Amino acid sequence: MTAELPPGLAIQKVDERIMTLNVGPQHPGSGHMRIIVQIDGDYIVACDPDPGYVHRGEEKMAEYRNYITNIPHLERPVIHDSCNVLYPYVLGVEELLGIEVPERAKYVRVICSELNRCIYTMYWLAIYGIFLGHSTMFMWPAGDRELLIDLMEKISGARVTHAHFVPGGVRNDLPPNFEEVCLRQVNYFEKRIKEYAAVFYDNPILISRTQDTGVLSREDAIRLGTTGSVLRASGVDYDLRQKEPYDVYEELDVHSNVMKEGDSYARSKVPWLDMMESCNIIRQALQKMPKSGSVRVKLKPNPKGKGLDSVYKRVESGRGSLGCHIVSDGKVEPYRLKMSVGSFRNLIALPYLLKGEKLGNMPSVYWSLNYWPVEADR
Amino acid sequence: MSTDTKQVTADEKPAAKPAAKPAAKPAAKPVELPAFEKSISDKVVEKFGDKIEVEFVKENRVGIKVSRDDVHDVAEFIRDGLNYDHVESVSGVDYPQDKEIEVVYHIGSYSDSSLAKQILVLATRAQREDNPIPGKDATKLPSLRDIFYSVEFHEREVFEMFGVYFTGHPDNRRLLLPEDWADLPPLRKDFAIKGR
Repeated sequence: MTAELPPGLAIQKVDERIMTLNVGPQHPGSGHMRIIVQIDGDYIVACDPDPGYVHRGEEKMAEYRNYITNIPHLERPVIHDSCNVLYPYVLGVEELLGIEVPERAKYVRVICSELNRCIYTMYWLAIYGIFLGHSTMFMWPAGDRELLIDLMEKISGARVTHAHFVPGGVRNDLPPNFEEVCLRQVNYFEKRIKEYAAVFYDNPILISRTQDTGVLSREDAIRLGTTGSVLRASGVDYDLRQKEPYDVYEELDVHSNVMKEGDSYARSKVPWLDMMESCNIIRQALQKMPKSGSVRVKLKPNPKGKGLDSVYKRVESGRGSLGCHIVSDGKVEPYRLKMSVGSFRNLIALPYLLKGEKLGNMPSVYWSLNYWPVEADR
Repeated sequence: MSTDTKQVTADEKPAAKPAAKPAAKPAAKPVELPAFEKSISDKVVEKFGDKIEVEFVKENRVGIKVSRDDVHDVAEFIRDGLNYDHVESVSGVDYPQDKEIEVVYHIGSYSDSSLAKQILVLATRAQREDNPIPGKDATKLPSLRDIFYSVEFHEREVFEMFGVYFTGHPDNRRLLLPEDWADLPPLRKDFAIKGR
């Protein structure tokens, strides 16, 4: 084997004591990715995440489509969180075009984005539950998220992949009497998720499996550049809705949930606390929203940027900060579009956290990272 | 792209930033740069002089351009002198007409609360080859992995998607592309999608 390898490839030597295991890409516990773990007995000595099995080339596709036709495919990375995935792109295009969005549209966006955050988190919680062997925690969130999916269906007409945000506002106004229905469903939803404490978060079995596993210290969370719930579970108070408020988050009272432990338990609890915060934000937004008015600025059919320009916008999605770097050269298509997604940024913590951990703890650590393989690959 | 022209465009359209404070907008007169952002760029200019070029100073964003020989030193100063601590995103931008590939680091800070809103955009350019042999041609940049640990996977992605080899990176393997990929780096402009 002296032949030269193509660049980017490497040969690994086989050790007698260390066994190499491929978890995934077909294994349900890994999502659509492969985790190569090297184990010594029951302990993981090294871990090499291998994403890319659901790489769809969203960034390349975006260079061939104009700013409006990019919308439906750019939300595909996380269909359950489609409003938040589109959000930075839409904000970026608005800055490139120099549009100011109507006030009511900003509130509608905030409501949609918070609803989507809950819908995504419930889906994630269901998967987290089933991989820890807790079937009730799969059924309950999967059922309760229907409440919010119904609301999104009323707003946009689609249960997932809403494509509701457009540069200049949102596609349609809210349906009549939406405020009452939304308030009722959200209040009931909040009451339901509070019940999860008794069955899941205060459950001694869950606590024994997740507490003190995969501990990420505050310094390492910062050094590794993690984001979202992973960062906040390690004691760093950083929520973009607070720190760099976009649209109308500045006028709303946003509380960010921080836990100090940095273990799997804290990482699984922070998104749940975030959902209650989302319910608060939705209630505030419904109250402060202008009762009528335009929700969309009319654009020219093929909007263009103003010459060579670049913009970097970021929002807080269900999985952390989601940034969009758009380079425009004044044509109808973006010259380059880069999405910097929370899942991809949190992936770097996985080899770090799994080292020295028991193999049986892998699902609890892996899913606690709030990782969405499709988003990480783009 | 000179600094002056960018200043004007940055201030001509304050309405373009939806997240901006509404109260601050009328007060901002044209040709007045945001003071805090200006102080950041001034610190870098003071340290490195004409080795760097300030590309833009916008609200919450400072853009700095630097040659590939100085990027490592500038990044070190950004971490130690300016308290930035992590890289959010590393994007490659292909410019075939200039025969260059630009690599843009978006650097932020968690530990310094005054910088929570700020993103420092550090751009540098690598030489571009028409017939790339990734890792073996002149398309090389110094890796910032020893300064910002968080660039590890981002730089691996730029390497496979643009063929920019980062010298000093401990793990220059592919990340997303399949192992048997033998075509051009796919995000380069000359890699065309079929049927388009």
